[in-house]
Order: sequence, then C-alpha cells, then structure tokens
Amino acid sequence: MTSLAGITTSSGKLQRKRGVNTALLFIFLIYSFLPLFYLIVSSTKSNAELFSTFGLWFTSSFHLFSNLQEVFTHDGGIYLTWLWNTAYYSIVSAVGATFLATIAGYAFAKFRFRGRTLLFALILGSIMIPQTALAIPTYLLLSKVALVNTPLAYILPSLVFPFGVYLMRVYTEQSIPDDLLDAARVDGAGEFRIFFRVALRILAPGFVTVLLFSFVFTWNNYFLPLIVLQEPALYTITVGLDAWNSQASAGGGAQALFPLVITGSLVGIVPIIFAFLFLQRFWQGGLTFGSLK
Amino acid sequence: MSGQVSRAEERAKRSEGPSASPLRRRRLLQAWAPYLFLLPFMVVFLVFLVLPLAYALGISVFETRLVGGNVFVGLDNYARAFGDASFWEGVRRMVVFGIFQVPIMLGLALVFALVLDSGTVWLRNLFRLGFYLPYAVPSVVAALIWGYLYGPSFGPFTQLAELLNFPAPKFLSSGWMLASIANILTWEFTGYNMIIMYAALQSLPAELDDAAAVDGAKGWQIALYIKVPMISSAIFLTVIFSIIGTLQLFNEPKIMYALAPQVIGNDYTPNLYAYTLAFTNQEYNYSAAISFLLGAVVVVASYVFMLVTNRGELRGR
Repeated sequence: MTSLAGITTSSGKLQRKRGVNTALLFIFLIYSFLPLFYLIVSSTKSNAELFSTFGLWFTSSFHLFSNLQEVFTHDGGIYLTWLWNTAYYSIVSAVGATFLATIAGYAFAKFRFRGRTLLFALILGSIMIPQTALAIPTYLLLSKVALVNTPLAYILPSLVFPFGVYLMRVYTEQSIPDDLLDAARVDGAGEFRIFFRVALRILAPGFVTVLLFSFVFTWNNYFLPLIVLQEPALYTITVGLDAWNSQASAGGGAQALFPLVITGSLVGIVPIIFAFLFLQRFWQGGLTFGSLK
Repeated sequence: MSGQVSRAEERAKRSEGPSASPLRRRRLLQAWAPYLFLLPFMVVFLVFLVLPLAYALGISVFETRLVGGNVFVGLDNYARAFGDASFWEGVRRMVVFGIFQVPIMLGLALVFALVLDSGTVWLRNLFRLGFYLPYAVPSVVAALIWGYLYGPSFGPFTQLAELLNFPAPKFLSSGWMLASIANILTWEFTGYNMIIMYAALQSLPAELDDAAAVDGAKGWQIALYIKVPMISSAIFLTVIFSIIGTLQLFNEPKIMYALAPQVIGNDYTPNLYAYTLAFTNQEYNYSAAISFLLGAVVVVASYVFMLVTNRGELRGR
C-alpha cells in the first residue's frame, strides 16, 4: 500500500512537471508561430487596412483573393515568372547537386584510393568559406564567359554542395555493407553497374534527404541570385520580394505595394512549408546522421 | 545485318581470348572507379569553388586605375583593409552581436532539446515541428515579416503601445536595430540548433536515465552533468556554425536596409560592406581583399573557440 501511494505521488509530481514544461514551451511556440500568423492575417487585408486595423487580428472584410489576384497580375504577372524561375532553378540544381554529391560520397565511403583523406578534408573545409568571398568572383568569372543573367549563372554554382557529399558519405557508410558490394563483384558486375543497380536503391532515403536540403537551400538562397541575376525576368522569389519591398518602403505605402509583398511572401513559402511538413522524416534524418559522425 | 554479325563475332573473339585480359581490365577499371565517381563533383567544385577563390586571391593583389589599367600592387589592398575603420567597425558590431545572440539562441535550443528528450512534456511532436518550422522560411521572408512587425507605421507592437498610451518601441532605431536583427536570427535558427542537439540526445543509450535515477540523481542533474557533456561534440558544432554565420551576416541587414536606410549603413556588417564595395563602388579588387580578410577573421574566431574549449572537449570524451 505504501509503495502504491509512493507511485501515485511521484506520478502526480510528474504530471505537474509536465504541465509546467508544456506551458513554458508553449510560450516559445507562440513566438515561433507569431510572424507566420501575422503573415496570414495581413494577407487578408487591403493596403489601407494594414495601416488602419490592428495587425494581429482579422478584419470583417476579406481581401485575400483580391490580393492574390494582384500578386499574380502585377507588372504583367511577373510574380508567376519568379515562381516558375525559382522552381526551375531549384529542381534542376537540387537534382544535379544531389546526384553529384551521392556518387562522390559513395566513392569516399566505399573505395580506398590515393588522395582520399586530403580531398575529403578539402571539401569539408570549404563549408567555412564566406559567401561573398565566392559570390563576387563567381559573378566576375561568369561575366567573362557571358553567363551572367542566364539561368545557368545560378544553377551551375548551386551544383556545388559539399555538405551533401559529407551527408552521403556518412549515409553510405551506415547503410551499405562492404560484403554486399564484394558479392556483386564476385558475380562479375562492374562498378558502375553495382552502383546503379545495387547501391542507389539502398541510398534512396539519403538521396531524398540531400535532395530536400539542396532544394530548400536553392529556393531560399538570396545572395547569389541577387548578384548573378540582375534582370527582373530572371529573378527568384526572394530577390523579387526584396525588390517589391524596396519599392513599397520608398513609396511609404502610397503605392499600395505592401499587400503585394506580404501576400507574395505567403505564396512563396507555401511550397517550402509543404515540403517541410510532408517530408519531415527526411529532414530530421539528415540532421541525425549529419550531426555526429 | 552484316554489322550485327561482325559485332557478334567480335564479342565471341573477345571471350575466347586469354582469361587474364578481362580480369586485368576489370582491376584497372576498379582502380579508376573511385576517381570516375568523384570526377563530376570535383569538376564543379574546382570550377565554381576553387577557381573563384583563386581568382579572388589573384585580383586582390591588383588595382584598377583610370590611367594604366590593372596594376600589381602586392599587399596594398590588404594594408588598406587593415586600416579600414568601416570594416573593423562591422567586425566589432558582429562580435558584440554574437556574444549576446549566440548564447541566448543556443541556450534556449539546449534547454528545449533536453526537455523534449526527457519526456517530461506533453505535445512533444508539436513542439519539435513548430520550433523547427521557422528554419524552412527563407531568411528574406523572415526579415520582411519581422520588419513589418517592428514597423512604426503599421506594426502591431506600435499599435498596441499607442492603444495603451505607452511610447512606441523604436525597434528600427539605431539603438535597437542590432537587438531587432538578433531576434530575427534567434527566431530562424533556435529550432534548427535544437534539432541537432535533440538528435544527439536521442542517440544516447536509454539506460542512462534509469542508471542515474537509481543512483539518486534528479532530472536536471542527469541533464546537466551527464547528458550535456555527452553531446558536447554536437553543441560544439552548433557553436562553430553560429560563429561562421554571425560574422557573415548579410541577408537580414540587407532587407532591413530598405526599411531603415538611415540606421543601417552600407558598411553595417563586413559582408554588406564587401557587397557595396563591389557592386556600388565597382571596387572589385579591394572588395576581394576585404572578403579574404573576413575569411581570415572567421577562421581565427573559430580557431580561438576551438582552443578555448579544447580542454573541456578532451574531458568530455
């Protein structure tokens, strides 16, 4: 009986502790959601209402659809071009970067060759390089070969994803036993056949993780596209929104551009949020196998 | 038809040849295989990472003059950068920023990771996802939203203050700006760092809690004295990434510039300064030198941190 009482008090204590912890974390959850909530609320308002009504709650009128229409038709529907550009650049460079990272990571994980340690250290070390140190000379070099202001100016540099090589190396080491490859070799399969027929299938979850990381990275990137794509028709969403915001702020609200920036921001993050929610298993997988090894 | 036959004959001939030949061929191919696998990545790595870096290093020792064109000036640009108040003021600002922002962000991330890992909380998945969500938002959009939230004309904080007859908080003034940007960074990256630490905590053996509890350790004691040292390498990683990210800060101040141009100068952060030098002033050579100097500052800062924590790291192992 005494031991039973002991259990109930300790479980009561645990419940109280859980309640306190949950309440504390809830404060931070509100903080995490607040800007997104504000974005949703604001995208339902007209320019005048942004100034005249309380920012953190809805008004009786509902302007989301007219705002959306404005976003997609303003300036000849340039937002749609940006959306398409961003999707196009992100998909092409994510697929390319992930494939390159996968075969390179596989080579580091499953072969012993001269220069292996040095090359890998070099690739890892490159993560530390400041982005300006790269972006500005990249721009200068691309302009020498007349590639500035073409999609390739953004896609080609985005193919370099050193962190992806690292992730795929770790993932390959963890998921493909050497015996399996040796068995395939004994059966007479060539190295490339082994990779495409045997290894790639096992590496699929890691592949998706790296794909997701590089896709989000390219979708969200701002500095490189800002520099190498200087024509509005080639902008990505981030660069385009920045341009709209600069116009809106310079006009001081007179031009009714703020709803454009706000609703455009909302539309621009929807694909990423969806990718994030539906593929969260892979996000976390990437951080799990990337953080410690 | 005849072509097909001859190809078949060739194939037959090849298989009839001495058996050592294909084996040797395969051995050779196997020796080359890793290099072939690496080749595509190494090509883009060399062309879009090593080459630009080498090029930047190259142009940083030249100067473009109106008369005479490109002139080799040795380390003159670096000497100028060393004496450049704009650059060092930016570095100083980022160091101050980092000293406050990084511990707050990583401290919160660690506490959240420990609480989520300990299981003494309800709605664990909601918190894990919700805290991580801001990381998916592009930094440009994050800076835009927060910029509007801070805004003096229609920001809700200003509206609340006016409603309550308080003086409106001046988030975009020069006194507050650094803290306002720090808040954006904290919002964006706390969850990301939390997930890294949480993943490390989850990989610890489950018996740890039971064993420590049997010895009479309390929950927070287990967390502080046993778990934190055991995930020190993950924490270390988050600190290093935070130091690198802070010194390279660009996106958020660039966006805030549009909202408060009189507060954020073109040299607010070292990266913003390098960008302005290159694209407003067309001083590519000097900009390259500034970028390299910033790279050196990043390496030194990371190295100092490694030295300072080296002893703790060794003890942790």
